[in-house]
Amino acid sequence: MAEVRVERLVKAYGAARALDEVTLDFPDGGFFGLLGPSGSGKTTLLRAIAGFVLPDTGRVFIGGEPVENVPVEHREIGMVFQNYALFPNMTVEENVAFGLHVRKTGAAETAKRVKEALDLVQLGHLAARKTHQLSGGQRQRVAMARAIVTRPRVLLLDEPLSALDKALRVDMQIELKRIQREVGITTIFVTHDQEEALTLSDRIGILKDGKLVRHGPPREVYDDPRNPFTAQFLGDANLIEGKPEPEGLRLSDGTLLPGLKGPTIAVRPESLKLDTTEPAAPFRLRARLQQRIFGGAMGTCIIDWQGRPLKAVGRDADFRGLPDAGDVWLSWPRESTIEFAAKA
Amino acid sequence: MAGTIAGQDRRKAFMLLSPAYLWLTVAVFLPLSAMAYFSFLSEVPFDGRDWHFTIANYRAFFETGTYATLLWKSLKLGLVVTAVSVVIGFPCAYVLAKVVKGRAREALFLLVILPFWSNSLVRIFSWAIVLRGNGVLDRAVNAVLPWDVKLNLMFSPTAIVIGLVHSYLPYVILTSYLALQAIDDSLIEAARSLGAKRRTILWRLILPLAAPGIIAGAVLIFVPVVGSFMEPRLLGGRLGTYYGTVIEDQFVAVFNWPLGAALSFILLAVVLAILAAASPVLKRAAT
Repeated sequence: MAEVRVERLVKAYGAARALDEVTLDFPDGGFFGLLGPSGSGKTTLLRAIAGFVLPDTGRVFIGGEPVENVPVEHREIGMVFQNYALFPNMTVEENVAFGLHVRKTGAAETAKRVKEALDLVQLGHLAARKTHQLSGGQRQRVAMARAIVTRPRVLLLDEPLSALDKALRVDMQIELKRIQREVGITTIFVTHDQEEALTLSDRIGILKDGKLVRHGPPREVYDDPRNPFTAQFLGDANLIEGKPEPEGLRLSDGTLLPGLKGPTIAVRPESLKLDTTEPAAPFRLRARLQQRIFGGAMGTCIIDWQGRPLKAVGRDADFRGLPDAGDVWLSWPRESTIEFAAKA
Repeated sequence: MAGTIAGQDRRKAFMLLSPAYLWLTVAVFLPLSAMAYFSFLSEVPFDGRDWHFTIANYRAFFETGTYATLLWKSLKLGLVVTAVSVVIGFPCAYVLAKVVKGRAREALFLLVILPFWSNSLVRIFSWAIVLRGNGVLDRAVNAVLPWDVKLNLMFSPTAIVIGLVHSYLPYVILTSYLALQAIDDSLIEAARSLGAKRRTILWRLILPLAAPGIIAGAVLIFVPVVGSFMEPRLLGGRLGTYYGTVIEDQFVAVFNWPLGAALSFILLAVVLAILAAASPVLKRAAT
């Protein structure tokens, strides 16, 4: 158990910088989600903490000790790979025991800890199976058990759920969170699935082109993304641009949004309200409803405003009474407006 | 309907297989049956010679100890050459599969395959130039070392082993390479993250997973080496009498085809028996 810190980490591949001056703290015992589009450097960051990627400059600390010069096998980490990387020539039990054998743990102690780990992931009954006889979810659990049985200082998960289908993924998210809570281990995981990151993490970090653009508790980052990239990447956001004027933000269709600075603001799709009659709210736009998409419990409306597509999401009941297409009023409450710092 | 489609599939499969079966019949089965037939004759049935059926050719193997001794010598040669090839070839395959990438890999591959593309006689004679007394190797060693050494490896078992290893090394490199290539790098990374050192990873992970490839390569080498005759004859000289050279003599020098054929089939039987006896062990290693 340990806190992890990276300091001004840089890793370049040719001209491209996979990591560009990344400084980040991963609190002890926390569940930290690294999020970003592919090529953003999130996996490189994870692998730099693991020791598979050696940074060009910058420092990595695990439990306060610098580890840049410590090889992977001495870093005392646990890692779960995207493809699980279970050893195909060993049984479930042998896979889990591998890290203990390497450490020359006694037979009795090994057996006890393997059993504990397998019970924790609820796979005790499959100990004698070969890995190719397991389902995707079971492999995932074996990989988890194998990674935590050595009681590592930090657990690193590289897109651990991406190979599972949707229903199983949701189950495994809950499972993963439970296991992490029970073991209380500092966990860092990489994902491109923002919903997964929001569900699991108690802190998230968002990367773009090798740079850390925003980090913090999920709710805080969601409510105050501080830059348009984060707003659009985490959740969905309708970006609206205009010209700042003394009394507010002037949009291209002449609408004035009083009190806003701009030049760019964002509104979450779930904050947008649609009406056929002009609403009283001060923030309102005249736009054209193009399409209504029925999605079960939740529906989506695709709206055209000044040639830009906007999106509104709500319960199907919220959209009752709207035409399938036609002119509508868009409005949102002032407190749901996302404003960005001057330049981000 | 399903039956018809299944029938069509079977017909298609048969059509695709038929060239291979035809080839096996013409190129393998017919000559082999002819040889099997010869092995039971008293004389080659050419030029109107008298001949009759006999098992004397097979009995000859058991009547004198010479053939069995030579066969044992050949089997030992096969083991040594196979072992040396695996010891040299596996690390080479490992480097090719896991260490070098891109251009360097292509260049190394070319060097590995080169013996396959060169004429075997040329290959053997070039070794003769290197290995003989006052040859390339002798001079090179003497140029480097301050004291005088006589280095003449020509016409020795060592020369035979060197020549055979050079000829058959590509087999074990290629089969091991394919097996190693199939091992996902993330397995090695996972083992490292669990604290395993290189040696542990080699013994617990890489060797067991590459075993099928290594074994395939070893079998591909062992079988032809036991029956080899060219390298023993040219590089072994007076010492180069092996089971394979005796068989060759029956066909080329003595013109006793029936005995040669009988000796060949005994070799085939022994090799098959060895592989059958070893198969439980090999199968365990391969899973």
